Amino acid sequence: MQSVKRKYSIFSMAKNAFNGHKDWPKMWRSPEPREFYDAIIIGGGGHGLGTAYYLAKEHGLKNIAVIEKGWLGGGNTGRNTTIIRSNYLWDDSAHLYEHSLKLWENLSSDLNYNVMFSQRGVMNLAHNEHDIKEIKRRISANNLNGIDSLWLSKEEIQKKVPIMNTDNLRYPVLGASYQPRGGTARHDAIAWGFAMRADEMGVDIIQNCEALQIKTKNGKIEGVETSKGFIRANKVGVVASGHSSVLAETAGIRLPLQSKPLQALVSEPIKPIIDTVVMSSAVHAYVSQSDKGELVIGAGTDSYNSFTQRGGFDIIEETIRAMVELYPVFGKMKMLRQWGGIVDICPDASPIISKSDIEGLFFNCGWGTGGFKATPGSANVFAHTIAKNEPHQINAAFSLERFVSGKLVDEHGAAAVAH
Amino acid sequence: MLIIECPYCGLRDQSEFSNGGEAHVKRPDGSSEISDREWSEYVFIRSNTKGIFYERWVHSHGCRKWFNCVRDTSTDEILKTYKIYDTRPKLKDFKNLVDTPSGEPELGSGNFTVKK
Repeated sequence: MQSVKRKYSIFSMAKNAFNGHKDWPKMWRSPEPREFYDAIIIGGGGHGLGTAYYLAKEHGLKNIAVIEKGWLGGGNTGRNTTIIRSNYLWDDSAHLYEHSLKLWENLSSDLNYNVMFSQRGVMNLAHNEHDIKEIKRRISANNLNGIDSLWLSKEEIQKKVPIMNTDNLRYPVLGASYQPRGGTARHDAIAWGFAMRADEMGVDIIQNCEALQIKTKNGKIEGVETSKGFIRANKVGVVASGHSSVLAETAGIRLPLQSKPLQALVSEPIKPIIDTVVMSSAVHAYVSQSDKGELVIGAGTDSYNSFTQRGGFDIIEETIRAMVELYPVFGKMKMLRQWGGIVDICPDASPIISKSDIEGLFFNCGWGTGGFKATPGSANVFAHTIAKNEPHQINAAFSLERFVSGKLVDEHGAAAVAH
Repeated sequence: MLIIECPYCGLRDQSEFSNGGEAHVKRPDGSSEISDREWSEYVFIRSNTKGIFYERWVHSHGCRKWFNCVRDTSTDEILKTYKIYDTRPKLKDFKNLVDTPSGEPELGSGNFTVKK
């Protein structure tokens, strides 16, 4: 089946409105896998689909498949709080996330698909003297890297978010960093947009196809054994977030990753009340309001390894406690949904975008609690790494080799839990 | 939230405990001779099993003793806890609920312990 070019405009909207929206073309084909691909991407989330998109668009690879165990964007792409920012402390991280933020800024027009990227600003609160010093240091580091980042006083915060309780709480709000170019985007749209445009360039997107084993021979990749049979490939990219390490294990590679549930929850929809993103690492609560009016609230990870996409209730309790203290006005709201996603955390809380010891086998994982913001940037440099067999200068620091050399990109202190 | 059986104090709430990661990890011998790669494996790399997993817990807000635990990470069900110097229980003593590397147990995401 040949894929068709799908164009969205005010005219196509109007035309399809007349016949009850019955004739919209399918956004992508559902082909059976071929015997051989130049490249197979394992994992049909934003990062994986984006990798296929950039491989086809920028590197001219045409014979590509994305295989996905479930449905597109059903993993952490659909389970995060969609916060986008690039105000990271270390240069390597700042360059990577800023690369991504710049791609976000043009993504809707690049894809001709609205990813609902909304630059409403991101605030990181300071609750004590130490927070103030750390945050001011990070702001200066950001500014040296050409990233917009500024200090807001308590009065300025009160003006932006009048519902916030800044004084009458255990850890008073003393100030915040603010990145005006940060914001949120629509989680599904990024997966669907990449999928559709990759499909148009001939990428086979194969859902309900579980990768069972990565097959290698004499230190070289052979292909992937899947629930739909064995598929040969010259190159395989593993972008399976929480399950990257179990897949790596099938090729005899042990990755420095630990998988844990990270939870989020949304409230019932209300009228517009908060028009920016507010994050607080110290009391651990972050919140934004979706276009539907729901408050999107991020909680933390469980302390133990787990693959249950659920998480412990005590984590939710802690976050709600902090939320109610910071925003007493939310005290009587009802929560609609709660869920967990399985995040893969590296010892230094930075990702791995890297070649491996096996020729033709690549990994893009370890995004931990903060991968959504990086989706286009990560996909872009990972595609480069796969196509050229060597990292882009932006992801060179994020190799697997850093765990041997000891040159870690330690974002634990700078990014903490609130990614 | 989990309910964990401390081998010394009995069943207690998870909030009394802290998780200590993988159990039975041995520090390599000959620390001055081994390569950076071997060190890297000991320092940074831990098993990340989906299924039957051996891990450590410490009863931080109780007796403060460390102990080991066998837990199914696909359901969070705790299968056994044992003292730190007890022999490690065999893998075949437990039923593996995950057929493929990234497969799901029949009752799915953690409902097992709830429904049981």
